[in-house]
Amino acid sequence: MSETAPNQLREAIQNAIAENPVILFMKGTPEAPACGFSARTVAVLQSLDQPFAAVDILPDPRIRQELSGLSNWPTIPQLFVDGELVGGCDIVMEMYQSGELQEVLGLDGGADADAVAAPDTGAPLQIENRQ
Amino acid sequence: VSATPEEIKQRIEAGIPGAQAEVSGDGHHFQASVSAPAFAGLSRIAQHKLVYDVFGSEVGDRIHALSIKTTVMEASR
Repeated sequence: MSETAPNQLREAIQNAIAENPVILFMKGTPEAPACGFSARTVAVLQSLDQPFAAVDILPDPRIRQELSGLSNWPTIPQLFVDGELVGGCDIVMEMYQSGELQEVLGLDGGADADAVAAPDTGAPLQIENRQ
Repeated sequence: VSATPEEIKQRIEAGIPGAQAEVSGDGHHFQASVSAPAFAGLSRIAQHKLVYDVFGSEVGDRIHALSIKTTVMEASR
């Protein structure tokens, strides 16, 4: 095993997490998930129309090693939002069902829609249903 | 050597003070529903980590997958 490769790999993972607001480390690809847990997590993100970066951890076993070392989380998939580990499949599903995931992703349509619809006396224009 | 749901249950309950676990599984993939006073005040991530920590590197290896659902058990005084 080479001395430098693991550190470079860890750095690459850190950079990927820092540079992508929503990034999923998974088995396989969003188009062809290689594991049911990864597939379910992808399906949730896609159902929310949430764009996300995806990293297949299967091509190199060291990716998973380094990732789990970084995140202190043993299983795959792992979803990161704004640099923070949100969770694996179970947590993502649970948060999706409770609406917390939509909040974390900034998709809290309910609250935002209310805020937009509410009269804002300070705004110069009230534009609704802008096309 | 594959694990049994009973083993998983006993280890969770031994590893997390006051925990009660229900575990099902086929020897490689397990579903655990865990309730513990120790979860109080913790994020879901931190709760799940407490459960994963019971098994260390066995998760993903001997225990191929461990699906977790946590609930906070109200401490009785």
